[in-house]
Formats: sequence, C-alpha cells, structure tokens
Amino acid sequence: MGQVLLKSVRKSFGNTEVIPDLSLKVPDGSFTVLVGPSGCGKSTILRMIAGLEEVSSGSIEIDGLDVTYKEPSQRGIAMVFQSYALYPHMTVAENIGFGMILAKRPNAEINKRVREAAEILQLENLLDRKPKQLSGGQRQRVAIGRAITRDPKVFLFDEPLSNLDASLRGQMRVELAELHSKIGATMIYVTHDQVEAMTMADQIVVLNCGRIEQQGAPMDLYDGPETPFVAGFIGAPSMNFFEGPVASQLGCDTLGVRPEHIGLGDENCTLEGKIRYSEQLGSDTMVYVQHEVYGQITVRVEGSRKLEIGSRARLLLPEEFMHKFRGGRRISG
Amino acid sequence: MRTERRAARRRQNRTGWAMALPACLLVFLFLITPFVMAFGLSLTNQRLISPNPTEFVGLRNYQRLLGIGFLTIDPITNDDGTIRVTDGETEYPRVRNFTRGNPDYPHLDRMREWFRLGISDDRQFVVLARDVVFIKAVRNTVLFVVVVAPVQSGIALILALLINQKLRGINVFRTIYFAPVVISMVVVSMLWRFIYDGENGILNTLLGVFSFGAIEPVSWLGNTSTALPAIMAMSVWQGVGFHMVIWLSGLQTIPQPLYEVARIEGATQWQKFRYVTWPGLRNTAILVMVIITMQAFTLYPQIEVMTRGGPLDSTQSLVFQAVVRGYEKQDIAGGSAISVLLFLFVLSISLFQRYLTRERD
Repeated sequence: MGQVLLKSVRKSFGNTEVIPDLSLKVPDGSFTVLVGPSGCGKSTILRMIAGLEEVSSGSIEIDGLDVTYKEPSQRGIAMVFQSYALYPHMTVAENIGFGMILAKRPNAEINKRVREAAEILQLENLLDRKPKQLSGGQRQRVAIGRAITRDPKVFLFDEPLSNLDASLRGQMRVELAELHSKIGATMIYVTHDQVEAMTMADQIVVLNCGRIEQQGAPMDLYDGPETPFVAGFIGAPSMNFFEGPVASQLGCDTLGVRPEHIGLGDENCTLEGKIRYSEQLGSDTMVYVQHEVYGQITVRVEGSRKLEIGSRARLLLPEEFMHKFRGGRRISG
Repeated sequence: MRTERRAARRRQNRTGWAMALPACLLVFLFLITPFVMAFGLSLTNQRLISPNPTEFVGLRNYQRLLGIGFLTIDPITNDDGTIRVTDGETEYPRVRNFTRGNPDYPHLDRMREWFRLGISDDRQFVVLARDVVFIKAVRNTVLFVVVVAPVQSGIALILALLINQKLRGINVFRTIYFAPVVISMVVVSMLWRFIYDGENGILNTLLGVFSFGAIEPVSWLGNTSTALPAIMAMSVWQGVGFHMVIWLSGLQTIPQPLYEVARIEGATQWQKFRYVTWPGLRNTAILVMVIITMQAFTLYPQIEVMTRGGPLDSTQSLVFQAVVRGYEKQDIAGGSAISVLLFLFVLSISLFQRYLTRERD
C-alpha cells in the first residue's frame, strides 16, 4: 500500500543542479535508507517526497497516486526531523496529538490515539511534561509519536539520531527497527552514518552527488559493491584500495580488500609493511600498516593482539575477498 | 601561589572597573543625578529664577497635582420649593460657591470642575480637580498609550509578517516601512501639520477627491474631538517601522522545521500563526509592549510642534505639562513632581506587564 516511486526527478536551486535525474523505487513496507556524504542530496530527496521542496521536473508517486503537486498534508506521509521540531509551549500529549488538534477531532479520540502512541514509545508517564524537561532520546520519541498518530503510509526520517550520543543512538536504532516490524509501514530514512544504514535497512540506497551509486540489501552492498565509492562508504573501517602493480597483475585498475579480510603474519604473504600503530578494542584489534608504495593499510584481526610498533608485518590478501574495479565499475568475479 | 592568584584577580578586577568607569560616570551624570535632583526638587518650592530662598514643602506639589474632590449638587429651588428653571434649563448653584472660601467645604477649596454627570432626575455629580490641566494631561496620555500600544504593535506585527518572506524586491518594502523611524519626530510633526491642515491640507484634499466632495474639510488639529486621534495616527505611522524590525527579529528565531511540521499536519495559515508563530513570539511580544508603553508615555515633540496642548487642553500630555511648568511657568518644582509621577506610572505599568507575562510553570 505504501510504495514510493520517483520518476526522473530533477531538482535545481537557481543554477545549481542538486539532483540531476533520479529514479527510485521504494517497495511497500520496506525500510529504505538513503545514505551518502553530506551534500549528496539525500535530504533534498526526502523533502521532495514530503512535499516540502518542489521538484524541478519529474514525478513522485506514493501508493500509486501521483502526488508531485500535492500539499505535504495530502500525501499520506509523516516526517521526523533531526531537530525533533517539537513545539516548546505544548506538552508531550499536545505535541503528539498536534495534527488531530488542528483537525479539531473530538477530545476523546485525541486522548485515545495519543495514549496508543505513547504506549508504543513508552512515553505514558511523560505526557504532561514540556519538551524542555525531556532528554534527547525522549524528545525524539515524542516526534516519532507525532508521526505515528498521523497513521501515514510512509514515514520519513531526516537524520533523526544525529543529535543523540553514541549509546542512545544504538538504543534508538533497535527501537526504530522494532517499530518498523510492529507497524509495517514504509519507512524512508536519511543518514550519513553507514552503521545506521547497515543495521536497520532492508534496502540501502547509496547516493553520491545526487546520483544513485548503488541500491540493494545491506549485505549485497557489503559483499558486492558496484563502485569504489560504495565499497569505501559501506563497511567500517573503510576498505583498503590498491592501485598500481598489485592491481594491474590482477587485470584491474583498483583493487579493494576490507580490513577484516586481510590476514596478518602469514608465511606466503602478498605485501609487507611496517606497523605504524595498533588499536586494541577488546573484541578485535585494528592494525595500521605503512607500505612503501600503497601507503597506509588497515587490518582488522580478531581478539586482542599486542603488536610492537615499528615491527614488520606480512599481509595476505585472499583472492576470494578481493573487489576488482576498472573504470570505476566492478569487474564481475 | 594562592596570594599570587588573588593578586592577579585583583588586578583583573581593577582593569574591569577602569573600563566600566566612563560609562558609569555618564550614567551617573545624566541619568541618576537628574533623577535624584528631580525627586528632591519636587519636595520644594524651587522656581527657575527667584530671589526667594528655596523651602522644603513636603508633598504639597503632589497634593496640588493629584487633588481630586467630589460634589453632589441639587438644583436651586424657588421660595415655594419648586425647581427654578431659566430658559428651559434647570438652574444649579455655581461650583465656585463651594470651592472659593466656603467654610463648609474646606477640602474643596480652590478646586475647579473637571466634568459632571447627571445621576438622578435633577441631582448632578461634579468631579473636581485641584489641577484640571494636569488631570487632563494624565487622561490624554493614558488614552494615547491605551490606543497607540495595541494599534502600533498590531500593525507592526502585520508588517513584519508581510516582509518576512522571500520575495523579489522585499527590501524595498522593508526600507519604505522603516523610513519614518529615521526621520526626527519634530520633522515628522511639521510635515503632518501640512497634511492635517484644515484649509489646504493633503488629507482634506484627498478625502474630498475620493468622496467626490461629500466629505467636508476638517480642521484635524483644531478640533477637540479630532486633535488627539490625529496625533495618535501620526505617531503610530512614525514608530511602526521600529517595532516591525523587533517583531521581524523575533520571527526569524522561530525554527523552520516547526512550520514544516505544521504544513505536514495540514495546518491552515491561521493555525500556523496561532500554534507556531504567536507562541514563538512570546518574549518578543513582551519586549515590544514594554517599549511601546514607555515610549508612548513620553509623548512630547508631537504636542510641542503640532498643538501645544490645545485646543481646549484636548492634547495636553504629561511630558508637555512638565516642560511647560518647569520652563515656561518657571515652576521647576511642579515640573519635577510631574516627572517623578510619570516615572512611577511607567514603572508600575512595566512591573504589571512583567507580572502578567511571567513564566507560569
């Protein structure tokens, strides 16, 4: 019921073209994450779906209905902002029920729907508070509650967790994923944080300069990135890239291997370098190896390993985990 | 170590005070000193130039200004007990009979009639004041504030909402609305005298043209019923741009996403104003109301240039009276007393406004 279709959408501000020509299908009931570096146009796309920004050309369909020129309120969407956008003079209950207050619904109905939303988000005890008496996570939950009461076909999230601290962000990620499975509505989520994309999405759309670099399931993007940009953007720490002899031997101009796939201290090694620095994270260890030709190579090894800085390290690049790119595209195999 | 830190702090303090000193000196010289002097002078019989020594008179100046009395008078009766009527009008005893050396009414001595009301068929209720001109000045000033404060702030808000848009050439409108503010009130008053002129005034000419001669020329400043409203209208026009800018700054502090949420929730223009704009302007509204009230209370240059309190004291104002007494009548003590009263009015109204608009949590 909540499929979103973008057909040849363009957007320019004055003479600057932000979105050159973009077509995208967000399947009904999916959790789609638009991810990309800042300035890649991901928020603009979201705002165009919401109707807060006009498209320069092209069309947008929600649930089979052309909404390109419809008001935001008539598109069946709800949006959650990075700044929460709560009304400081209203209580939590009034904020959640804002849309129904505007529509002059009967009080009993407003109360009932607000209670339902509050229950889902565990806000029952905070309904009489003002936003400034809440923590960041609670505020964001209120904003989500306001979105829920709209009963939208599509939820739009614009970097909703960026203002939260790391531990709260982790917790909210889980809550949002649970909310999605509970409600089942289509959700489109914008972020620059690839961890959020990997953990929550069932479809990731990687954007770069207003273009879709690749879209697909998180693990498909992780295992088979189509371009070096996607390869470098998805996965943390970032993939190592090699250009020059190592790559040309294998018939490509860029070779990529993820830090977690590089072997360390093996006999029949491919490369040799000097250990510059290592970080022990407990569960695993990050090793930064300096190579004369290829520069810094990041290696991730399991467990806690104490390595001497300055010592030689032998690296193995396993064939099955190599990503080969030529002319900015992946070579199959 | 500790003494060193203390010495450093003392040095810092000294530098701070040295920097604040010039400003403190000016404030002391031009604000605190005159205020204390005015308060002191208002308790004496000081005149601008006088050979007599100054005497302390206590609150006499204030009693003279604020003295109010009430009197109920019955019609004059004939010897047979019937009411005397002359030329179809009921005759009443003259107020002078009660207020000039009448031993039965010592508290009304030297008072003058302010206005009278008919309370029953024949009886009349007379309100007397020791200083009728001052009381009229109070009444006019309060009326001026009561009309100008809401009208000026309301129009300023509407203008601010209009110019708070991204439109081509919006700066032209901003400039036009703000222009009167940078013109001196004296100059504005001179110009508006021509506009309001009863013979060849622009206003009368325009009204005549647009009503095809149906509206007769009015001497706007020469009429007791139109003089004060005319001055109010001009004052609103002159000051509205200033308050528009304050409103505008308040409008621009309201985060855009709050409007976007309202759009998504389907708010009408009015609902956006009611639920987003107006609550977001709370603090600005308090500031604007306090500033306008204070400015309006100090109504002076318009009166000085346009009407000098006339016609028939219909445009007397507190500050104008303070100046007239202090300098023209050389009664510095009386003028000072008016200034002190003005200060107390404004102070108490500002405090009351602060109380009404306090944070309720």
